[in-house]
Order: sequence, then structure tokens, then C-alpha cells
Amino acid sequence: MPTYVHMTRCDGCGECVDICPSDIMHIDKTIRRAYNIEPSMCWECYSCVKACPHHAIDVRGYADFTPLGSSVRVHRDEEKGVIAWRIIFRNGTKDWELLAPITTKPWGVGIPDLNTVAAPSDEMRNSHLLYNEPKYIRMDEGGLHDLKTNKLVMREGVYY
Amino acid sequence: MFTTNPFAQLNAESPDIFTPGLMQIYIILMVLFVIGGTLFDVWHKKSAKYFAKQAEDAKKHAKREVSGSDKSSALVSTVTSEILTSSEFSNQKRRLSHLMTMYGFIMFVATTAIMIFAYPQTIETPVLALLWHLGALSLCVGGYWFWFAIRVDVAAEGKPWYVIAPRADMFILSLLAMATFALLWSLSGGYGLFFVLFIAATTFLFTTVIWSKFAHMFFKPAAAYDKKLKAADGSNEGLPGEFDLSSAEIHEKFPDIPTYMGENPPNMGPGIRREAAKHY
Repeated sequence: MPTYVHMTRCDGCGECVDICPSDIMHIDKTIRRAYNIEPSMCWECYSCVKACPHHAIDVRGYADFTPLGSSVRVHRDEEKGVIAWRIIFRNGTKDWELLAPITTKPWGVGIPDLNTVAAPSDEMRNSHLLYNEPKYIRMDEGGLHDLKTNKLVMREGVYY
Repeated sequence: MFTTNPFAQLNAESPDIFTPGLMQIYIILMVLFVIGGTLFDVWHKKSAKYFAKQAEDAKKHAKREVSGSDKSSALVSTVTSEILTSSEFSNQKRRLSHLMTMYGFIMFVATTAIMIFAYPQTIETPVLALLWHLGALSLCVGGYWFWFAIRVDVAAEGKPWYVIAPRADMFILSLLAMATFALLWSLSGGYGLFFVLFIAATTFLFTTVIWSKFAHMFFKPAAAYDKKLKAADGSNEGLPGEFDLSSAEIHEKFPDIPTYMGENPPNMGPGIRREAAKHY
């Protein structure tokens, strides 16, 4: 369900307007607070929720990851390089905190200076891996993994 | 000129009209307007009811009891950061302008009250009168800086400075008018046009508390204190708490942290806050 802004917390700084990939977070011209101008165009990417320095924006989570009516709030800590979530069920039976890294090195230092790097070889160009893909999500350590190397068999039909 | 008590001067010029009693009654009336306006605002917007309900909800999700020392440290930090140094502003220009306006206003109002109540007939009050003028000047510098360059209509929307949003701007404009006309009245002497405008602006400022932003000096610190208490009891408005990334407890609970970030992660810097929001 789309984002909504708590008017008492918003100070109209414009971080959500800057970051919204759908360009639907705007600053109201009269009251100088952010609001979602087109809720039906919001795809709940949570960019604005994470970017808001005052935690003024909320999204009601879909029932695919938490029961309806629960509180799902997030705090993105730039300086620590982590993102923390807290989920509280409507009936209070669950109060759950999650924490995950969002960067492994200080912001900005990992941006490659493409002028100084050698051009990619043909092999790199033809590879399915992205340029500079972090090592820990690479799948080609010791060769590419596929169904055969992982001793898996493709079965017919939909299965989970 | 800057050492003369303008109110005693006024009294000396026309002792029959501007008696100390009249001026004192005016001050008391203005104080009553501020108290009445703020209370009416609280009742009308049902904000007390709203925050009481919020507090009740927060209690359900509290993880620990808030002790007396927690409360006093929240109070001290509210006073030192939010009230005295306006730390909630992330825009440093805005913060400086707010500090100048705020301290200017406090100095101006306090010295006015002292001069009218304690020295209504002493024309030479060097320190008080100087502080009164400095207060008005600081209010003008901070306020006009805000009005012409910092406020969002001008800084972000590119509107010319003379476009006014009546209700949103009534506080800052009457505040500026009060300080400006006070200085002009003091410089020109007598009770001519500038004095009339000064009294009109002051009366407008203090009687429109119900509609203007004036009451923020009460509800902003209250909201900051409330937020700190909610952080202290762990309910934190449903937000996750603070994590110490180098503690063994966190490493055990969230193994991704030491795996990808190391045992003692460095400060990663301001991230997206390296660049101020400016694309709206």
C-alpha cells in the first residue's frame, strides 16, 4: 500500500522528493510538507521511507511478509552503514528487530575511476557478471554454477 | 541613544497618557494572549488528546521502565540541544538564523518587561537599553536573512521575496515588523508613525498566537522531550533502536554484520546526506 506522510513529523526538507524513483513525492505549496501526489503510482520501493531523516513517511506493509495492520518501520543509518527494521504485530505478540549491512566500506570510496581502469577484455564483455560485482555475490568461484554442477534436476511444473 | 530606556522616555514625554501602569497592563495583556492562544490552540486542534493517546499506545510497546534519571537526562538534553542550540536544524544557515532570531527575541522581550516593570521612569538604563537594541538588531539580522534568502519559497521555489503566504508568514512578518519599528521608533524618538506601527505589530504578533506559528516555542520542546522519553523506554515510536555494531551480542544476533563489515566497522560517512536535497 502506498506511502503516506505524518504531517507532524515532516519538516519539508525534500529528501523524499529527490529520491522518489516515481517522482510522486512532492512538497505541498501551501503547508510546505511532503505528500504522495499519486498513491496509485507508488510501488512501495521504500526509498523515501529510508531517506526521510525524520521518519515521517510510513508504508503499510502487504500481507506477504507481515500480517496486515502491523507496524513496519525502518531506520537507515548512513554513518554505521546498516539498515534496521522493526516489525510490531497489531496484537503485540511479536516485536521483531532486524539489522543488515548496506555497505562494507565508506560511502564513495568504491566508485571506480573508469578513466584509469583498463578496458574490459572480450571475455569480460561476454560474461554475464556485472562490472566490479562484489566478490561475495559472485557465482563463478571455481567455475560457473549451474544445475549440473549443483547436482540438481529441472522438474516440470511450478514448484517452490 | 542606545542607552536610553525608550519606555521611560515615552513616559517623560507624555506622562498623562503613557503611564507606567498602562504599559504594565499592556504587557500583562500580551502575556495573557499568548497563554490563552496557546491553550485554545491545544484544545482546538485536540493535540493534547492526540499526544495522550500516543503515549498510551507507546506504553504497550515499552521494553523498559523509564527511571527518574532517564527523565531528567532527557530534559537536560532537550534544554541543551533543542532549546538552547536549535540542534534539530540540519541546515546550518537556518540554525544560525534561528538562533539569532530566538535570542534576539528573548533579549528584546525580557529587557522590555524589565524596563517597564522595574525602571518605568528611569531614562538612563545603559545595560538594559543596550540589550534591548541589540536584541531587536539580532532579531532583524536573523529574521531578514531568513526572509530574503533562506526560507524555502525563495531558496527552493525561486519565488521573489515579496510574495507572501498570509497565514504561514504572519508570525515571521509581525516579528520582523515589531523589531524593525522598535529600532526605527527608538532612533527617531517621540511617538509618531513608527511608534504606532511598533505597537500595531506587537499587538498583532501576540494576539494571533491561535493562527500563527508563535506557539512552536512551547510545543517543539515538548515534542522533543516526548520523543526522547519514547526512545528511553524502548517503544521509540515503532522504530528500531540503536545498535552497537562492535558488541559481541549484536555479532551473535546478526552474524551478517561481522561477516561483511568486520568486527569493528568504521564510520561510513554521511552517505546520501553528502549532497543536500535540491532537486525539487
